Amino acid sequence: MSTTEIDRQWTTRLRKRVAGKLPPEKLLPDTQPTYVSSWIYVFGVTTMAALGVVIASGCLLALRGPQWWHTSSVGHFVNSLHLWSVEIFFFAMVIHLWGKYFMAAWRGGRALTWMTGVVTFLTSIATAFTGYVSQSNFDSQWISTQAKDGINSTGAGAFWNVLNSGQMLMWHIVLLPIAAVALTALHVLLVRIKGVVPPFEKTTEVTQ
Amino acid sequence: MSSFGLLAAIWPLTTLGHYVSWHVIQISVANLIVIILMVVTFIVALFAPFPGRRRRKENP
Ligand code: HEM
Repeated sequence: MSTTEIDRQWTTRLRKRVAGKLPPEKLLPDTQPTYVSSWIYVFGVTTMAALGVVIASGCLLALRGPQWWHTSSVGHFVNSLHLWSVEIFFFAMVIHLWGKYFMAAWRGGRALTWMTGVVTFLTSIATAFTGYVSQSNFDSQWISTQAKDGINSTGAGAFWNVLNSGQMLMWHIVLLPIAAVALTALHVLLVRIKGVVPPFEKTTEVTQ
Repeated sequence: MSSFGLLAAIWPLTTLGHYVSWHVIQISVANLIVIILMVVTFIVALFAPFPGRRRRKENP
């Protein structure tokens, strides 16, 4: 194979592109700029850690099923772990979002980082809502019958039926978590590619 | 009394929720507390000293 042929291979082109945009020292850096040493930068990774607990406890719930999480004390515990890690997930995500908003962290070609954050936020809300209707108790029955009118009034009810508990469960435990995790991965990779946004320049002249 | 019973006595979850109403705004006390906690955490995150951070000297 000639070198020009090798250069044209998609594997070669993709490797060169990835290595150019995200070399290992950028993906897993040794140090960060000094302005990153503030508590406000901790909330992105707190969100990620909470997401990890959400997924892990959700997998435990899936192993044993609703009878277990409704009736046994260990099941109740894992159910609570799942709920409270979700609470921490949203709590940290909102503080992260506020922080990035006031830093205008979309500056310097970081619009896609911001937008993947926005879409992850919306996806997470949909995941939480499908979770509420997947509890398989009176609460979830009540919530789904309240939600159906709202969803139906948008027209989405034609293919997305909140009263269909099987469909809601599949969205909650398959489609939406895959989307949320994939979007989070993309979001964090974009942060690594661009590096953390520098603070605003000082614009006011200091008079002596 | 079981520990659950005791907890339920201190913190009844079967009664109606408490709400704050202000003109058109109506929010449960639980949600309001969470929002206040988020705002407080945000402000603390901005001003609390970060461990290991070296203060910048006046003249380097
Ligand atoms: C699952 C939810 C999310 C996770 C796990 C997550 C995680 C992260 C992490 C680990 C970072 C880098 C460290 C940091 O600055 O905190 C980051 C940066 C960033 N996040 Fe998020 N995030 C999420 C949601 C959001 C949302 C909802 C927004 C805004 C709408 C957002 C906007 C940003 C921006 C603009 C940056 C780049 C900051 C910079 O360059 O300084 N993120 N995110």
